[in-house]
This record gives sequence, C-alpha cells and structure tokens, in this order.
Amino acid sequence: MSLEQTTATASAPAAGRSGLWAIVRGGTTHGRAVVYGVRLLLVVVWLGSWEISARTFMNPFLYSMPSRIWDKLVSWFTDGTSQGSIWINIWVTLEEAAGGFVLGVVAGVVLGVLLGRSVFFADVLAPFIKAANAIPRIVLAALFVIWFGLGMQSKIATAFVLVFFAVFFNAFQGAREVDKTLIDNARILGAGRWALMRTIVLPSATSWILASMHVAFGFALIGAVVGEFTGADRGMGLLIQQSQGNFDAAGVYAGMVVVTVVALLAEFLIGQLEKRLTAWRPQTTTTSAAGA
Amino acid sequence: MSDHAIALRDATKQFPHRAGGTFTAIRDVTLDVARGEFVTVVGPTGCGKSTTLSLVSGLEPATHGTVTVNGAPVRGIPDGVGYMFQSDAILPWKTVLDNVALGLRYRKVPGREAIARARDWISRVGLAGFEDRYPHQLSGGMRKRVAMAQTLITEPSVLLMDEPFGALDVQTRELMQDELLRLWSGSGAAVVFVTHDLTEAIALADRVVVMTAGPATVKDIVAVELPRPRKVEEIRLTEDFTQLYRRVWDSLREEVEITRARGADHVA
Repeated sequence: MSLEQTTATASAPAAGRSGLWAIVRGGTTHGRAVVYGVRLLLVVVWLGSWEISARTFMNPFLYSMPSRIWDKLVSWFTDGTSQGSIWINIWVTLEEAAGGFVLGVVAGVVLGVLLGRSVFFADVLAPFIKAANAIPRIVLAALFVIWFGLGMQSKIATAFVLVFFAVFFNAFQGAREVDKTLIDNARILGAGRWALMRTIVLPSATSWILASMHVAFGFALIGAVVGEFTGADRGMGLLIQQSQGNFDAAGVYAGMVVVTVVALLAEFLIGQLEKRLTAWRPQTTTTSAAGA
Repeated sequence: MSDHAIALRDATKQFPHRAGGTFTAIRDVTLDVARGEFVTVVGPTGCGKSTTLSLVSGLEPATHGTVTVNGAPVRGIPDGVGYMFQSDAILPWKTVLDNVALGLRYRKVPGREAIARARDWISRVGLAGFEDRYPHQLSGGMRKRVAMAQTLITEPSVLLMDEPFGALDVQTRELMQDELLRLWSGSGAAVVFVTHDLTEAIALADRVVVMTAGPATVKDIVAVELPRPRKVEEIRLTEDFTQLYRRVWDSLREEVEITRARGADHVA
C-alpha cells in the first residue's frame, strides 16, 4: 500500500488547471484584440441577459440582478456594511486565508518532502494519510469554532487543513520524482543529507509545489469563508451569511464578487512568485509546472 | 599496501529481480588500475559496465568480493572519487558558475574561494563568459564541459566516466575527447572510462578492458602503447591504431554476438 495512487488523483486537477491556465494566458495564434473583444462580448451578453430577465419575467428578489449587485457593492465601499468598513472585513478574511495558507504550505512541504524521501515512513503512514484525505475536512470548521472560538484561529485552522493536503501530495510526489542521477552526482560531489535536501530535493520539487499553490490559495479562501459562515464576528463569510439571513441575494453576490477579486489578485501574486522561482527554466514551460 | 588507485577482487553485484530471485550484473571482476592510469572499458550493451563504476564509487555495495580505492576498502563514497554520468547531472536551476562551484560548497570551501576556483575551471574548460547562463541556454557539448569542470574542480584522484560523451555528435565528441586528455594529463588521476565506441576507447586509453556478455566479467585487457600527447582525430588514422582496433574488436565481437543472439531469443 503506497501513497502513489492518492497522489496521482490529488495532483490531476492541478495539472489540468495549469494546462487550462496556459491557454488562458495566451500563446494562441489569434490576435490579442480579437480574444479580448470576444471575452468582453461574452460578459456583456451574460450580464445583459440576466438584467433583462430579472426586469421582465424572473423574480429579482430571489435571483437579484447585476444593477442591484453593483449598487450593493457601491454602498459597501462608500457607506460601509452592517459589520463595519468593507475593508476591515476583506482584511480579516485575507488574514485568515493567508495565515492558513502559509502554515499549510510550510507543513505540507516539510512533511511531503520528508515522507517523499523516506520509503519506510511513507509506507507506515500511507493508510492514515489516505484516510485523513478522505475525511470531508470542511466539516472540521464546525469543530474548530468549538475549539478556538469565533475569532481568527478557527478560520486559520480550517484554511490550514484544506491547504495542507493539496500541498502535501504534490510535495510528496515532487520529492519522489527527483532525478536519481542528480542525487548520485551530488552525493559524489560531497553533499550530506541536509545539503541533498536543500540543494537537490527541494528545488526539484519546487515546480510541483508551486503548481499546488495556485489551487491551495483558493482552498485557503474557501476555508476562511466557510469558517466565517460557521461562526464569526467579522469577515466576508459573515457578510455573505448575514445577507442570506436577510434574503438579500444581491448581498450574497456582492460578497462573491469581492472574494473572487481577492482570489484573482492572490493568484497573480503567486504567479509572480512562480516566475521568480523558476527563472532558470526555458520560457515556454513556465506555465505548465505540474506537467513537468 | 598496494599502490593501485583502484583494486577490484572477484567483485560481484547482484540485484533482486522483479519476479523474485536475483539478477547478476557483474561476476568475479578482478581489475587493478594504477595511479595516473587511463583505463577504458568496452563491452556489449547492457552487460554491466556501469555497475562496475557504481561499485567503485560506493553508490552501490558489492554483493561479494572486495573493492578498494586508494588502498582503503569502499564503504560509502570514498574520498577523491569523481564521477561523470551518462545523462546530464548538472542542476538546471543553477547557473554555470554555481554548478561548477557546487562540489566545493558541499565540501565547505569558503564562498569567495569557491567562486574564484570555479571561475578558473570555467575558463579551463573554455566556457569563460558563460558563468551566468543556465544549463538550458547551453548546447549539449557546453553542458558536458560544465559537468567536466564540476567533477574536476574537486581534484579527484579517481575519475569514473560512464559514456560521458555518448549523446554528443561526432565532431563535438572528438573535441571533448581531446579536452579530456588535455585536462587529465598531469592531473595524476586514475580514470575508468566506460564506452561503446571502440575508437574512443583506444584513442583515450593506456589499457582497454573488454567485458563479456552479461553477467559481465573481464575477458581481455589490451595495452595501448601509443605515444602521448595524442590528438584523437590524427591518432586513429595510424597503422598501430588500426591493428589495435582489430585486436579489440576480435575480442569483443564474440560477446556482442552472444548478446545479439539473446536479444533474438527474447523477440522469438
């Protein structure tokens, strides 16, 4: 019984995603202007048809409509929300997500790389890790609120458990797939165990780890928002939950829009980090890290 | 103590077979390599030539028999061993300079000294000006030069080379052979160089070791008494060279035929 099968399935979405990403980021033969034009057209058609439907036959109380969502966003950013300034709520959610993300990435990388290099411990722990991965971990959010209260810790913990496994399986696989020749060469050149980890294994696994980080930050935000759903005194999840409580569909959508923008910004920052860490690579493969 | 750089006594290496049982890669290999001697090893494909190198390097322990390097039995990786691998072993995420300095950094040589010595070696292998390039920005021949500098900077007294130029085109390969001879001469290092290429084997060697079909053992040793310094593209046109070639090929041909026959059995 080994971890490999779990790993394959765990890293598959990451691979698929970065493949899609490569397409989204361009590198196609069409003119850029045409691509942007068609994208804009899609957005206009989508929002326009929604707006018209809501004004004619759909119930805007249940389904809301773009103009109301826009008004809601404007009022949040100018007058503030029922939970105080929108910026504070964004900041709280971001802090929770970032906290869980950093802890999860560190723990996932350390454990993944260590287990990836130790056949014995990987063998011993395989069934436990598989079981832990099979648990619907999002439910732990409820438990964390009981343990850590309504404050930030419970959300950081939820974000952490989601991030950890995403990163762990990729780090594990990355550490396992290190080219044996590189290891032999480093050993001959005089590398000790620690130097081998630091200069060969970790850099080799970096492309796998970075690929998982794109998905992982999304998970961290989900963890933070769901944690806030479950019980919180501030944050975007609380705003969304309160909107739901007031039958304010526009508020739910507005919350989604804000969280989406935050996620896209984070994605951009991770992309920049990836570019910096993989500067040594030929340009054409920077977007397909997981496939490498 | 013996003054051999490398001494193999009845060295045998077996690997566990996937279907149970064992697979014998080399059997009863006895071979001495003197200090400063250049030995090339030829043999049929897959006969276990590389396994011999991994025993000497300490990457794999021998199943039976003894292996000594510089008079000491091999346990773990011996001091003073350098190894150039068949495939690229330089780190793709490090620049040429950092790759060449790697062995010194592992050996705790202070940063500034390591960099200075790495620069020196980079110019010795003819790559001055390429210090800040990454491996993917270099040609195959240039990457081999980096690997050569990376190995030689540790000043090995025993240099193991596993078909290091196998993947290069013919012109580049001859150039690299000359470079290797130039860098080796005066280094005093004992070299064991595994190759498929008989021309390469004879042009470089003091002695050519012919291995049998797997499990490999030493079949024949041919002394190459051609004058040094040698120029590879000139030496291979001489009469002496042709005779040596015929001599080595006669010995090797049988083994190659055995290996081929086995391959045919597998197909049938």
